[in-house]
Amino acid sequence: MHYHATAHHFRGFVLWASTFARCNYPCAMDDEALLQRILAGDREAFVELVERYQTSLVRVARYYVKNEASAEDVAQDTWIAVLKGLERFEGRSSFKTWLFRIAANRARKTGTREHRVINLDPTDPVASARFNSQGMWIEVPAPFTDFIDAKLANAEVVEACREAIRLLPEPQQSVVTLRDVEGLSTSEVSHLLDLSEANTRVLLHRGRAKVREALEGKLKGGYSWH
Amino acid sequence: MALTKEITCHQAVALVSDYLDGALSRRERRRLEHHLAGCDACSAYLDQMKVTIALSGSVSPEDLPEKALTDLMEVFENFQRDRNDEGD
Repeated sequence: MHYHATAHHFRGFVLWASTFARCNYPCAMDDEALLQRILAGDREAFVELVERYQTSLVRVARYYVKNEASAEDVAQDTWIAVLKGLERFEGRSSFKTWLFRIAANRARKTGTREHRVINLDPTDPVASARFNSQGMWIEVPAPFTDFIDAKLANAEVVEACREAIRLLPEPQQSVVTLRDVEGLSTSEVSHLLDLSEANTRVLLHRGRAKVREALEGKLKGGYSWH
Repeated sequence: MALTKEITCHQAVALVSDYLDGALSRRERRRLEHHLAGCDACSAYLDQMKVTIALSGSVSPEDLPEKALTDLMEVFENFQRDRNDEGD
């Protein structure tokens, strides 16, 4: 069966994707190790931690506040709070969860989210035109793994994915960033963004479907994975 | 594509994201898995979605503007100074 034939490729792909570690500092260094170094006065460790999370922090803050400048202020305040609270951080939650909670709390205080209406985006994330009147695919989607081989080490495809996420409307962008980029649980995301879990899942489904569609579009346009 | 299914492809794709997150009810999961077992097209869609999620997880942070880094270095220097003052 075709799908089974691609399962091997998929495992290879996941191994490949995992080589894109999201850090520049010694790559084995996890957040907690960086925190220890920061407490010991290591400036580079702080730079690494900031670079690791600043983009997503600003994204979460931006969800609540009215403009980018305010979001950056919230992110900066968050780092100040992190440094001040670092010695008291007990590791009951992951550092990442703690960090985003601080940012969300601070952004809520300055933000205007409570006056906004959450847009769940009622449009069908996979266009109805792709299905016939019986609800079956008109054109079978090609597995992405067909375009991937073991030699693949191309950051271009990750860039295409980043761009697709960046173009998502809010709040899908924040939901996909926190869930799929940062790897937080759906429950954590729903708490951070003051959404119900059901709405978080709807937004995630729609956001992921759009990113998938963008990647599919790249492939159809003769995009090279090599 | 199988001709006989309890749910259509159109309905199946709406369940894939929750399926991958383990958020479907047992009944929904069974219906989807039954569909996937007979539908290469939706299996391919599931594969696409897995790759999409894996790719999202490998998106690296964007380079920070120089100003943001400078400001945050100042935050760190102040933190260090305060700690050293407390230690004196």
